[in-house]
Amino acid sequence: MKSRLAGFVAALDDRTGIPSGIRHFMGEEIPASSGWPQVFGSVALFMILVQFFTGILLAFNYAPTPGQSYESLRYILTEVTGGRLMRGLHHWGASMVIIIVVLHMVQVFIWGAYKRPREATWIAGVILLLLTLAYGLTGYLLPWDNRAYWGTVVTTQIGASVPGAGPWVSRLLGSAGEIGVVTFARFYALHVLVLPPITLLLMFFHVYLVRRHGVAPAPDDELKPKQKFYPKQVFRDTLAIFVAFAILFTLAVMAHVPLERMADPTDTTYVPRPEWYFLFLFQSLKLFEGPMELVGTVILPTLAILALIATPFIDRGRLVRVRQRLLAIGIVVLAGIGWGGLTAAAVQSTPSQTLAGSIDFSGPVQWMQLRPPELAGLHYFKAQKCGECHDLTAGGAGKPGPLLAETLRRHDHEWLLKHVGDPRSSGIASSLSGAQLSDLAAATLAMTAENGDLVATTPAFASEGAVIYQRNNCGACHIVNGAGGKIGPTLNGLASRRSEAWATEHFVNPQKLSPGTPMPPYPLKPKEMQALVSWLFTLPEKPGI
Amino acid sequence: MTQDTKINRRGFYAQAIFALNAVIGAALAIPTLVYLLVPGKSKRKGDLIDAGDVSQLTPGVPVEMKFQQSRVDGWRVLTERRTAWVVKNTDNQITAFGPQCTHLGCAYHWDDQPKQFVCPCHTSLFSISGKVLAGPAPRSLDRYVAEVRNGRLMLGELRQAEQSSSAAMPASLAPCKREDLA
Repeated sequence: MKSRLAGFVAALDDRTGIPSGIRHFMGEEIPASSGWPQVFGSVALFMILVQFFTGILLAFNYAPTPGQSYESLRYILTEVTGGRLMRGLHHWGASMVIIIVVLHMVQVFIWGAYKRPREATWIAGVILLLLTLAYGLTGYLLPWDNRAYWGTVVTTQIGASVPGAGPWVSRLLGSAGEIGVVTFARFYALHVLVLPPITLLLMFFHVYLVRRHGVAPAPDDELKPKQKFYPKQVFRDTLAIFVAFAILFTLAVMAHVPLERMADPTDTTYVPRPEWYFLFLFQSLKLFEGPMELVGTVILPTLAILALIATPFIDRGRLVRVRQRLLAIGIVVLAGIGWGGLTAAAVQSTPSQTLAGSIDFSGPVQWMQLRPPELAGLHYFKAQKCGECHDLTAGGAGKPGPLLAETLRRHDHEWLLKHVGDPRSSGIASSLSGAQLSDLAAATLAMTAENGDLVATTPAFASEGAVIYQRNNCGACHIVNGAGGKIGPTLNGLASRRSEAWATEHFVNPQKLSPGTPMPPYPLKPKEMQALVSWLFTLPEKPGI
Repeated sequence: MTQDTKINRRGFYAQAIFALNAVIGAALAIPTLVYLLVPGKSKRKGDLIDAGDVSQLTPGVPVEMKFQQSRVDGWRVLTERRTAWVVKNTDNQITAFGPQCTHLGCAYHWDDQPKQFVCPCHTSLFSISGKVLAGPAPRSLDRYVAEVRNGRLMLGELRQAEQSSSAAMPASLAPCKREDLA
């Protein structure tokens, strides 16, 4: 059996040369001092390949046009089996690539491995770092949610501010006017068509150069016998790759990646934030104001890149031990402190999202289509703990009450009203008024086998907001999701017409903002006001969409 | 270090490298297969569609009814115009036929004299109950899953009738499948 395999390998080698190529690759001699610090290059290579892989899989279910891209990502997250995991791998993988590429770079920098004759290897590495950042920038727009849109607005405006080249950058990115279909197409093409082949070629060139010059030795390596790449270093690399992948996989499974509402160019209240690895740049812009802004947006980053490229030409000294490279270590420590400080400051100054802005669209959002009585009823359903006796459909552990999906087919609103209002049958020691019971019945009737997670997925502020809406009988004059009176304006679409601050003030003093309006003032308590306004601002533009 | 322990260590490294790569490979391959091959859960199940009022139909006279149906296509919901030939039988049972001939998918129509469905393409003839009377059609007309609620006709998916043995035809000429309409 074994000889047959050996025969096959020999024949394959004869025809293709692949087995001896692999043997040659694995048998490469590396310095005796090589060890754990030298694993990061392999890990970076692996993580970038994982990004290619998960990116292709996402593209199988992705529509690269604004709007549709959002819907298709929602489809990946809510309907495709394993879709959430794939998106998680790609999302967290992007961050992991940046972290590992930077770690790789820090190791090479501290060890002085960029020195002659390895200048070209280093420069190719710097360009690869810039490429990974370019992936981050272009990929950020692709979900087409509010976060993506507004983050890209900032990025493209920085590009447009470059003296001289600004207008050309804008035209190239298709962002000369507003960010729209052209920008999106450009970003997508860059992300999936332009960057990957360049990355592959550069990575190939980078690895080729590493092989050509060999792994950088330490000062007294010449005196020791060389070791082979396989098996010890391959084992170290593989174990490091395994640990990195395990972290990535755990993040993808455990750490939820939210999806915000679809990109809304009219949303004036949105506070854009870049991805975490750009936060330090974002924060450093605050140090420069007015005409000095260019220093932060263009000059400093350009200088930093130039300094990186120039590093092997500035530091041309003899190879010394790592412990003696105090200047290099000092620079890394200072850069780390600076980066950490700026990032921490940026995180601290990030305002918390509004309630409406914090809704996660990567899960079910059918509750947004509910009419006010149904939504308010959900609040009572939760408060009265109806779920303790009833399941909607079979599947969970058996509960004493009948399955709602089956019961509801046989009964109507009136029967439900009697059931929930009678403590002997429902077990509710009812403190609910007739109107509240009616809302509870409406909520129960709105539940179907398809939206069974309504109770769990409805945010508390929305159902509380609806309770206040119902209590104040707002539906006598206003329409929400198709239900209500026609005296006042329909409240769907309020979010695109007004700001939350305007609405809050309007509740307190309608006459001031809309003179002559028949609407009476509603001086609500702050918490109630917040719940009501936040909910009204989550209403879909048109019901049923 | 003896030669033996050196070989053992080499063996350990080789096995560890293989095992670690196998775990990584499986952790990527299994989710990929699930992602690509396991059908997703669609929350927007197609329910029965209201195709119109059938309380006024005359028994024995087929009527062409047009209605709109929304269909889930991946991340989109499409609204399509659909057609059904609806027949009220003498015993007040309602049958709704798919609008295409089972031969090659042409649109057929009802001829009052003699009372039968006629396909203009290859003159397949069907009886009022959808059975093939003549022509190349391989099987009876397809039927919608149908139900009458409060005088409204509610239609579901389109289903193929059984292949009729009398009008056998080569498989290469089999009718185009209508699954894309279902």
